[in-house]
Amino acid sequence: MAGAGGGGNDVQWCFSQVKGAIDDDVAEADIISTVEFNHSGELLATGDKGGRVVIFQQELESKNQPQCRGEYNVYSTFQSHEPEFDYLKSLEIEEKINKIRWLPQKNAAQFLLSTNDKTIKLWKISERDKRPEGYNLKEEDGRYRDPTTVTTLRVPVFHPMDLMVEASPRRVFANAHTYHINSISVNSDCETYLSADDLRINLWNLEITDRSFNIVDIKPANMEELTEVITAAEFHPNQCNTFVYSSSKGTIRLCDMRASALCDQHSKLFEEPEDPSNRSFFSEIISSISDVKFSHSGRYMMTRDYLTVKIWDLNMESRPVETYQVHEYLRSKLCSLYENDCIFDKFECCWNGNDSVVMTGSYNNFFRMFDRGYRQDVTLEASRESSKPRSVLKPRKVCTGGKRKKDEISVDSLDFNKKILHTAWHPQDNIIAVATTNNLYIFQDRL
Amino acid sequence: MSEEIEGTKTTEETVVNDQNAAWLSDNSDSPLAVLKEMDDKVTSPEKVEEAKLKARYPNLGHKPGGSDLLRKRLTKGQKYFDSGDYNMAKAKVKNKQLPAATSEKSGGGEITGDHIPTPQDLPQRKPSLVASKLAG
Repeated sequence: MAGAGGGGNDVQWCFSQVKGAIDDDVAEADIISTVEFNHSGELLATGDKGGRVVIFQQELESKNQPQCRGEYNVYSTFQSHEPEFDYLKSLEIEEKINKIRWLPQKNAAQFLLSTNDKTIKLWKISERDKRPEGYNLKEEDGRYRDPTTVTTLRVPVFHPMDLMVEASPRRVFANAHTYHINSISVNSDCETYLSADDLRINLWNLEITDRSFNIVDIKPANMEELTEVITAAEFHPNQCNTFVYSSSKGTIRLCDMRASALCDQHSKLFEEPEDPSNRSFFSEIISSISDVKFSHSGRYMMTRDYLTVKIWDLNMESRPVETYQVHEYLRSKLCSLYENDCIFDKFECCWNGNDSVVMTGSYNNFFRMFDRGYRQDVTLEASRESSKPRSVLKPRKVCTGGKRKKDEISVDSLDFNKKILHTAWHPQDNIIAVATTNNLYIFQDRL
Repeated sequence: MSEEIEGTKTTEETVVNDQNAAWLSDNSDSPLAVLKEMDDKVTSPEKVEEAKLKARYPNLGHKPGGSDLLRKRLTKGQKYFDSGDYNMAKAKVKNKQLPAATSEKSGGGEITGDHIPTPQDLPQRKPSLVASKLAG
């Protein structure tokens, strides 16, 4: 059962940092809605319900303390999206950032895509640490000099200045989605990306904003016949022709863009057979997939539904190869969870760098890690109580019935308002970012 | 804990209990029949929860994953009468969140959204957007 930690027998997770306000009165705008490391792990981006993006940068390891990993400090922050009003439908378009995806770095600048329900934006984050001084026609404060006073010419010279990090929107990809965007995914070709809403998936070129190709359309001719919606989509990590999308009915479809321009016909359909005698009112709701993520290797994919995490081998469509119970004790609470809408919470999941451990969130600010190799799992908590620097996180346990042991928490005491929906794992190291409602926790393994 | 490829436990339990149920159904008055009822309920926690829900909401539709639920999902968001209605509502929210700023700018703390604004009432410029507390 709960060993020292996920990631093998020897990993112990320690508190590193926490970002955000301590007060319990959380403004809606401060609710974190997405967390994402960039491809090197040096940058960590968060998006919130207020449409803001905050990027943290890892400090270089100091030579004095080679054993300590660098801390993440604020690098840049900007307002990505603003609230808008859809005049045709008289509906508000929320500024909440649904997803952030980094582009692989090609030059000195960093690029990321951020999206709300309707519009995707490409942001360029660049550093400026020099400024030119000694212009001939301008004073230092920018006023123009009287040309008649110029008697000699000089060459402007670059002088160092305090580092300035600038974020500027380079592309705005708008008006391509009738329904709410739930996913964006950059292709391995680094030229295109997809955006998915409830019923359609579009393919974009990063350079072109006035045109987008529709590659999946599951909208029925008659909306009364609607039975499922798209819940997540992702490009394969190294096959630029392949992508997958998950549905509210618990199926995943893999599509090959070489097969046809419109990929309504899937190449593979991943679905676990269900025992019809077990079917209940809740079956379809809890089978709805809230997140799908390819492994770094591209051989596997992971899906998250309300109660489980499943690992699928792309070569086998009939059933997952591994199934992990996240919080099975909630199965006997489904009625209340339906009434308070928690049953519709969309949990995300993530892989570690070498695909040996997977992680996902739960309630009561708990998050779970499953070690695929050692067949171990652990429950940890992101809380202010365990926030002393470098303190080791103690595994938590939920008591499902009968006698509650000391340090265990009973199912009825769980706080369902404290949910961890978004987590991210550093691409190489054992550093994780866990978002509670309005705080970002960073944990790392004890070195 | 992880399960590999084998069926879920609930399936096995269901099969066994159905067999019991068949045997017990002949003696509907006996104490064993009571046990049979308890057995059925114990079988699936999901079905127990479903029964609870149906008891509380007898009019709940029979197609839970069907059109109603999905359509609610597709049209999430509060509907306003028009853009004027939307802007008035936003003004009310902004005034509540930044009371100090408003009273400075609109000369006397008058709240837009409750009456037709005059040029004197409107703020001179959009209030500064509050920075994220994560960056603090």
